[in-house]
Order: sequence, then structure tokens, then C-alpha cells
Amino acid sequence: MGVSPQIQEKQKIIVVGNGMVGHKYIETLIEHPDYANFQIITFSEEPRLAYDRVQLSAYFDGKTEQDLMMTSEDYYDEHGVQYIIKDKVSNIDKTAKTITTESGRVESYDKLILATGSFPFVPPIPGKDQEHCLVYRTIEDLENIKASASQSKVGVVVGGGLLGLECAKALHSLNLESHVVEFAPRLMAVQLDEGGGELLRTKIEDLGVTVHTEKNTTEIVAGEECRYRMNFADGTFVETDMIVFSAGIRPQDELARAFDIEIGPRGGIVIDDNCVTSDEDIYAIGECALWDGKIFGLVAPGYTMAKAAVSHLTGGDVQFKGADMSTKLKLMGVDVASIGDAHARTEGALTYTYINEAEGVYKRLIVSEDTTTLLGAVLVGDTEAYGTLLPMMLEKMELPEAPEVLILPAIDGESGGALGVNALPDSAQICSCHDVSKGDIIEAVQGGCSDVGGLKSCTKAGTGCGGCVTMMGQVLNAELEKMGVEVNNNICEHFEYSRQELFDIIRAKKIKTFDELLEQYGSGHGCMTCKPAVGSMLATYWNEYILSDDHIQLQDTNDIFLANMQKDGTYSVVPRVPAGEIKPKDLIVLGQIGEKYNLYTKITGGVRIDFFGAQLHELPLIWSELVEAGFETGHAYGKSLRTVKSCVGSTWCRFGMLDSVSMAVKLEMRYKGLRAPHKVKMGVSGCTRECAEAQGKDIGVIATDKGWNLYVCGNGGMKPRHADLFASDLDDETLVKYIDRVLMFYTRTADRLQRTSTWMDNMEGGLDYLKSVVIDDKLNIGAELEADMERVVDTYECEWKKTLNSPERLKRFAHFINSDATDDRLAYEADRGQQRARIAAPEVRAAKAKGEEIKAVEV
Amino acid sequence: MSEFTWQTVCKVSDINKNTGVCALHNGEQVAIFKVGNDDQLFALQNFEPFGEANVLSRGIVGDVDGQLVVASPLYKQQYSLESGKCLEDESVILQTYMVRQQDGQVQLKV
Ligand code: SRM
Ligand SMILES: Cc1cc2nc3c(=O)[nH]c(=O)nc-3n(C[C@H](O)[C@H](O)[C@H](O)COP(=O)(O)OP(=O)(O)OC[C@H]3O[C@@H](n4cnc5c(N)ncnc54)[C@H](O)[C@@H]3O)c2cc1C
Ligand code: SF4
Ligand code: FES
Repeated sequence: MGVSPQIQEKQKIIVVGNGMVGHKYIETLIEHPDYANFQIITFSEEPRLAYDRVQLSAYFDGKTEQDLMMTSEDYYDEHGVQYIIKDKVSNIDKTAKTITTESGRVESYDKLILATGSFPFVPPIPGKDQEHCLVYRTIEDLENIKASASQSKVGVVVGGGLLGLECAKALHSLNLESHVVEFAPRLMAVQLDEGGGELLRTKIEDLGVTVHTEKNTTEIVAGEECRYRMNFADGTFVETDMIVFSAGIRPQDELARAFDIEIGPRGGIVIDDNCVTSDEDIYAIGECALWDGKIFGLVAPGYTMAKAAVSHLTGGDVQFKGADMSTKLKLMGVDVASIGDAHARTEGALTYTYINEAEGVYKRLIVSEDTTTLLGAVLVGDTEAYGTLLPMMLEKMELPEAPEVLILPAIDGESGGALGVNALPDSAQICSCHDVSKGDIIEAVQGGCSDVGGLKSCTKAGTGCGGCVTMMGQVLNAELEKMGVEVNNNICEHFEYSRQELFDIIRAKKIKTFDELLEQYGSGHGCMTCKPAVGSMLATYWNEYILSDDHIQLQDTNDIFLANMQKDGTYSVVPRVPAGEIKPKDLIVLGQIGEKYNLYTKITGGVRIDFFGAQLHELPLIWSELVEAGFETGHAYGKSLRTVKSCVGSTWCRFGMLDSVSMAVKLEMRYKGLRAPHKVKMGVSGCTRECAEAQGKDIGVIATDKGWNLYVCGNGGMKPRHADLFASDLDDETLVKYIDRVLMFYTRTADRLQRTSTWMDNMEGGLDYLKSVVIDDKLNIGAELEADMERVVDTYECEWKKTLNSPERLKRFAHFINSDATDDRLAYEADRGQQRARIAAPEVRAAKAKGEEIKAVEV
Repeated sequence: MSEFTWQTVCKVSDINKNTGVCALHNGEQVAIFKVGNDDQLFALQNFEPFGEANVLSRGIVGDVDGQLVVASPLYKQQYSLESGKCLEDESVILQTYMVRQQDGQVQLKV
């Protein structure tokens, strides 16, 4: 390697390992003002750039590799970062300051960053190297687990810690009979005390996973019933077809070991507060690093190390000073949290314990001898207090006089004594995954973020494990309140209620009209905000004709004439074409109508046909011909179900697993006419190729070889969001039941004009909460939601058909109430062969198209 | 009021409560709104200057801080029904017309 002749101004940084922390380092340096002085090269042994290992298990729930990616080649290219994947750094020459890779590539460095992470520890049990003995760390590992599970009936996870339980859940959801084998006397021995561990065990066993504690595996031999038998030291055994080892991690320090960089007695690359190793030009960060004798197996401390290392490189003063290892998570549906000194090891520590066996709740506080400060806590079954307890412990805040109120349940609506977020100092960390403090959130709110979704995108808080979202919401509201913004989320000046509250009032008080609601619960005349919103709620609940005398004043621009207003005041006409399936003779009818009324005609992005340029008085004429031919309104104008896009499915497609068209027709016919907080779109695909793009819809359905997979809360449009996998392999009946419940719950609880995607992004508890409401019926409203939907389905009427039968209503479809003349501002123009089609044109073009000057209206 | 000439446009009952209609009046397009339980009438030009279309009669009627308004169906600017003033842009004032009820008829001043 010749040294390049030109002056090398840029410092060359090599980052070994492009995992979560390695990438964080690169990202932090890119965002640094002095980034121009550096040139980064990063090496990844894995076949891809950094992905979100924390969310790895979501891969089993339908997330793709793409969903998990934390960066992209484009991002690195854009910032001049060189990246080499699938090549392992195998050699360091500290004197020449070069590294060599397995493929023989040599690169020089000014500073070397080791971010090599860790590897799963596999206990040295004879028989551990067989084909179906696996580990759980990378995407490839997950693929191997999936493949093995498809040939297995029983699976064992060795290790009952955090990762082990997560893995057991994955095996369980892959339909294996699952077992957890743990060496210690309880689960999650590091984080939980005995009581907490015991309760967790009961809960997990209730879910159908068998837990074996105090089992020391001595050998893995051929089994009789299953592929393998694991023999334990106590003489017992368990038979299984596959084994996943999750018995802890070991720092990946082989480079340091081989090339004489100091490591700890039990491994780990020794670093100081600046993350510098025993060689001053080499840093180590993340799970491979050993600080003060400790390895940190969580991502948040790794991120802090990355920031400290960048700071040291660029002359800043951020240091790594250890990290809190408190955790809150949901394991197999069970909420578990551990804070600080969970085992009450501090001298003189006192404890308070609350146990509720009926509801499966265990909470324990560990406090200082004088009961003034919180040392730790263990929460199982109900972790709501985590958000307040964690900062109390970290900030050493003074405890209330009777600390037990912090864990006692709320009685009669009182808050159970938990201190509000206002008590927290600005330095309190709210999101540990992304190290976002209360102060950072406040700054974002003052900068204009006014909802949780917005905070997520501008501070990243809440986008890691998601555990801090409730807390973020509280800080947000407290701050908005301070800023004088009314956080009461009243719908408008006419009602001191939120949309959700108004919906509850309408349901509980059986209110049927806007005037009634306004008289009893509001003031003034109403406005363009509350009127359409209440109109929509009344329509969802009672499903009455929206143009009735009572309701007509509530309808917005499009609903009020059952058509979409165009820029020139004309309208478009969209008949329903369920699932996009259409008879040739119906196509002919559509063609004839388009021609007869000179309508500009095009196929929409929602797989149906749209006519543009109809004048108000023509709407009834056009619709009477459509209705005559058997068409119904397509509700293109409504905040209601639009289309159910379908692929052709198993009736024709050689890959189709199920008849997607029939299902899409069924769904479209069921939910047509359902009015919602915003429009609702659905898609049904016949197989995983997803030709209907169902994962971009509010409700997406994809056929599998075992039934239907249901996806919810997807979105195209302004901010695309992939739908979340909600449930798998459903039969028709369960599918419809879940969709009924999801949609009705959405209509009840969403804000006005909130699509399902933003509804989900702002939902406390997120997808898991929605599942608990819909699948587990946690709120006990499942039957009610279904009944509400059934009523909507039963009372469906085509609004256009109904309007055509009402001479009184038809009077309104005229440009003038006192003349048959029509609007004189409309333009006609030929465009790409649609002769004389009407085009919504700006004034000048309109005038030209008409060949005359348009009289300006005097103002 | 006898010095004015009034022209009948339609019946009061032709207008739904809290909605508008458009009348052709001396060659001009006039939006007429019927508001509240006491059937108050208001008339404004139908041409909506921001959207540049003759559509104001199709907007939602309501009140903002006690002031009765109609919202443009195109881009939602709000106009005072009494003065024609645009709430979002004070420099825009719509033409207002005198309107009354007589024997169940809606009449505009000629
Ligand atoms: C006919 C149609 C479904 C329908 O009834 O709506 C369709 C049918 C097929 N699609 Fe598609 N795709 C159809 C729109 C789409 C769309 C939607 C779109 O483009 O608007 C998508 C998603 C967008 C996209 O391009 O990714 C789509 C994504 C796929 C994919 C996945 C591509 C990918 O990169 O992931 C495949 C599989 C593949 O790569 O071969 C696929 C493959 C296929 C094949 C060719 C399956 C095959 O490999 O033989 C299907 C032919 C079935 C048959 O025997 O007739 N089709 N396919 C759609 C034809 C639209 C057209 O204008 O011709
Ligand atoms: C299933 C699972 C769930 C988890 N859940 C959580 C959680 O809920 N909360 C939490 O905080 N943490 C969680 N973690 C831990 C978290 O993922 C790690 O703390 C984090 O990934 C550490 O980042 P890192 O960059 O140090 O290591 P990694 O992300 O492991 O990255 C190291 C990378 O370096 C590569 N590499 C190693 N040696 C070389 C070499 N010589 N040359 C080139 N490349 C090399 C590796 O292949 C790897 O890609 C979880 C981990 C797993 C496996
Ligand atoms: S999604 Fe599958 S079944 Fe449907 S058209 Fe595409 S390839 Fe065929
Ligand atoms: S604490 Fe994990 S996302 Fe905020």
C-alpha cells in the first residue's frame, strides 16, 4: 500500500463492527459540526449494515429485514462513509496503524473504533454442536430458528433471562411446544427478586410454556420421542426437537485478545471514561467494552459510549460514567420492570411489597434505611409506576411520607399517590433508549411539537423499546398546559369535550341530532370543525341518512352533495366497484355515461373509475343512470370506507393461497357506508407477493396456507406507514370479528381526521394494547363493538339511491335556486383525446377554452 | 323600507336550516343563508375569491367567537355573514346584499 501523495487532511476513522452502537458512533460523528475533518470506513462481518437488534423478535411477527434496518447505503453514500459488509477485520497492526480483513483488505487508520458487540454464550455441554442446536443474535440466526421450527414439534430455550424468554415466546408463536430450562432457581434472576420471579413463572406457564428451574444440563443425546434428549444433573430429562441457547452473552473481544489490547480477567475490552482502550488510538464501545469491571448488555449505555467516544475525538467533554440497567418490558404479554437495587442489597435497605394474587400483580419498593430515598423496585403484572419510580431512583428525589402509596392501587379514581411529571427535574431521563431527557422533550414541545407522534420523529424518544411513551405523553401535556395551550383537547370552542368524550356522550345518552347535543353539552352555533365531526359520529352510531333535515347542515364540502368538489366547483362521480371486480357490460355502461355527459374519465389509484367535471344539477341525472345499471355510491367523498383493493387471487393466479377477490368483495360489502374519523382503506392479497399492497392500508389481509393474516394501521399518502401484523392464520369468521372490533374501537377513540396510522402511533401501549382490547377483550367491550358494527351493516342504504327517491332533496342539486341557468365560469377543453371533456382550469385557461372573456365579479 | 324594491327569490322553507342556496340576482350570483331557530337570513356574493369559484353557498355555517360565519367549501376561509369580512385575511371583504322574509318568501333588495 503506497501512501497517497496528496496531503491527508482528514483523520481516518475505522469502525470495526456496524452494529447498533457502531452505527450510532458514525451517525453522531456525521452530525458533528466538524465532520468534514474526518473520513470514516466501517466494516461489518454481517451481510448488511446496522439493524435494530432490540426489535429482532419482531421479525417473527412479520417485520422484514427492511423494517429493522437502522441505516442505509444511501445515507452512508450521501455522507461519504465507506462501508464494507461481509468482511471481518482479522488483524490489527498497532505500530503501522493498519487493519487487515479476512478477504485481505488492508486499511490504515488514525483512530480505530472497536464496536464488535458480543456473541451468545453456549455452555460447554456435550452434544451442543448438533444441527438443531441454535443461538439467537442475528437475522441469520432467526432464519435458522424458523427453518428448524418448521421441522420440529417441541423446542427448548436454555436460559430464563430476558433474551431467553423473548426467544421462548418466539418458539411459542411458531406453534412449538415450548420449554425454558434455567440453571438458577428463578426466571430473570438478574433483574427480579424471588416474589417477582415466581409470579412471572406462573404467568408464563399459564400461557403454555413449561418452565424448568434449577436444571443443569449435562448432555444432549438422541431422544426417543423427539430428536434430542437433554439430560439434567438431577437425573431428570426433557425431550425436544430443537434447542436455542440463550444463556448469556460474552463480549466479542477476540481482536483485543490477539493483538494485545488490555482485556478484563473475564473478558471485555478495558476502557476509561472516554472509551479509550489501553492503546490511545483505539477506542472500544458497546457490548464489547468493559468499564469499571462491567459489561453493559443493553443498547442505551452503548449509545452513551458512542457519544462519549465521538466527544473525546472532537475535543468535547462528554464522558461515559456508567449506566443504569433498569428495564421495563413485556415478556409474552406479561409486564415486567426492574429498577436499581432490585435485590435489596444496599445495607439497611427496607422494602414494601404489594401482592395481588387475584390479578397477578407483584410490586416491591426498596428504600433507604431512613425511608427517604428510593433504591430500587420490582414490578410484575402492572408496570405503570415505572415511569415515576425510575426518575425518583435516579434523581434521588425525596419520597412521599408513606412510600407505599407509590405502589398501592388507585382507589376511587385517586392516582395512587404517584408523583406527577412536574416533580421531575429537567435533567431526568425520559427515554433511556435514545437518552432523551425531560428537558429535551420540553424543548421540542416549545419548538412546536404538539403530539406524541411528532415528538417521536423530532426527538427519537419512544422509538426504541417504546417503554417511555406514556411518560412522554405526560411531559407533553404538562408542558402544553404550562404554555397556556389548552390540553383539554376540546374539539372546538363549542364543546368542552374531546371527540372521544363526545362519542361516549352520544352513545350513553342516545343523542340523535347535533342540535340536541349542542343544546345539552355545547354552546353557540357550532362550526366547520365540530359539525362534520359530530355528523360523522352520529352516522357511525345511528347510520341515519346524512342529508336528512337534521343532519344536512353538518355535512362538509363533499358529503353535502354526495360528491367530491373540484377546484372549479364541479364534482366528480365515483361508483363503487367492490374489490375492483367489474363485468364487461358494466364497463360499457360506464363508458356510455362518461360519453353522454362529456365527463373527463380516468382510473383511480384505488382501482375504480372516476368521472370529473359534473355540474351540480347533473349529479342526479348521472346517478340515476348509474343506479339504474346497478351501481352504488363509492363514498369517494366520505370519511368512510373507500376501496378494498384486491389482487386476482387463487381463482386465477398460480400462486394464490386463497380467494382474495371473494374476501375483498365480502369486506367491501360489509363495511361500505361505515363513517369513521377519517377515510378507511383496505386491501386483500392472495399470497405473500402482496399484489394488492395490503400492508399499506388501514386494514390489510394476506392469505397464507393456513388462513388470513390481518395487518392494521398501514398508510400510503403523506407519511407512509407499514401496517402492523395483528393476528395470523385466521379463519373468515375470526377475521371479520377482529376487523369489526378494530374499526369500531377506532371510530370510538380516534381524534377527528386521524387515520388509523396516527391513531396507532399515538396510542398508549400501542399494538399490544390494541391486541389486548380486540383479541383478549380486556375492556370487555368486544361484543358491544361487534353489535355496533352489525347495526351499521344492517342499516346500510345507498345514499344516492335514497336521494334520487326524494324530490325535496333533489331541489338542492341546482346551481341556482331561482333559475335553470348554470355557472358561467366553467371551462371546456380537449385533452389527450377526451373530446370536449370538462377540465377544471384556472381562470385564464378557462377563458381561452371558452373563447370569450370572463366577466370578473366585482367585489 | 318601502322605498326599496324587493325581489322574491324562493320560499323560506326551500332553504334547509343552517345551510345556503345560490340565487341569480340581477345577473349576479348571490349566496343566501338561513341560520338558527329564528330563520335569520344573510346574503353574500357567491364567488369565493381564494378558490376563485362560485361556491360559497355550499359552505358550512357556524360561529367563531360569537360571530356568525360561513366557511368556504374549497379552502376553508371563513367569512362573517353580517359584514362579509374574511376572518383569515382582513383585506378581503365580500359583497353583502340586503335580504328579508316576507310572507314566507325570501327577498333580495334590487
Ligand atoms: C394482475 C395483478 C394482480 C391484480 O389482479 O391486481 C398482479 C399479478 C401478479 N403479480 Fe403483481 N400484480 C399486480 C399488481 C402488483 C402490484 C400493485 C401495483 O403495481 O400497483 C404490486 C406491488 C407493487 C410492486 O411492484 O412491488 C405487485 C407486486 C408483485 C410482486 C412483488 C414484487 C416485489 O418487488 O416485491 C410479485 C412477485 C415477483 O417479484 O415476481 C408480483 C407478481 C405477480 C405475478 C406476475 C405472479 C407471478 O410471478 O407469476 C402475478 C401474475 C398472476 C397471474 O397469473 O396473472 N407482483 N403486483 C396486478 C397487475 C397490475 C397490472 O397493471 O398489470
Ligand atoms: C434478541 C435480542 C433482544 C434484545 N433486546 C434488548 C432490549 O430490549 N433492550 C436493550 O437495551 N438491548 C437489547 N438487546 C441488546 C442489544 O441488541 C445490544 O446491546 C446492542 O445490539 C449492542 O450493540 P453493539 O453495536 O455493541 O453490538 P452488535 O449490535 O452486536 O454489533 C456488533 C457488530 O459487529 C460485528 N463484528 C464483530 N466483530 C467483527 C469484526 N472483527 N469485523 C467486522 N465486524 C465485526 C458483528 O457481526 C455485529 O454485526 C437485545 C439483543 C438481542 C439479541
Ligand atoms: S398476491 Fe399472490 S395470489 Fe395475488 S396476484 Fe399476486 S402473486 Fe397472485
Ligand atoms: S426508553 Fe426505550 S424507547 Fe424510550
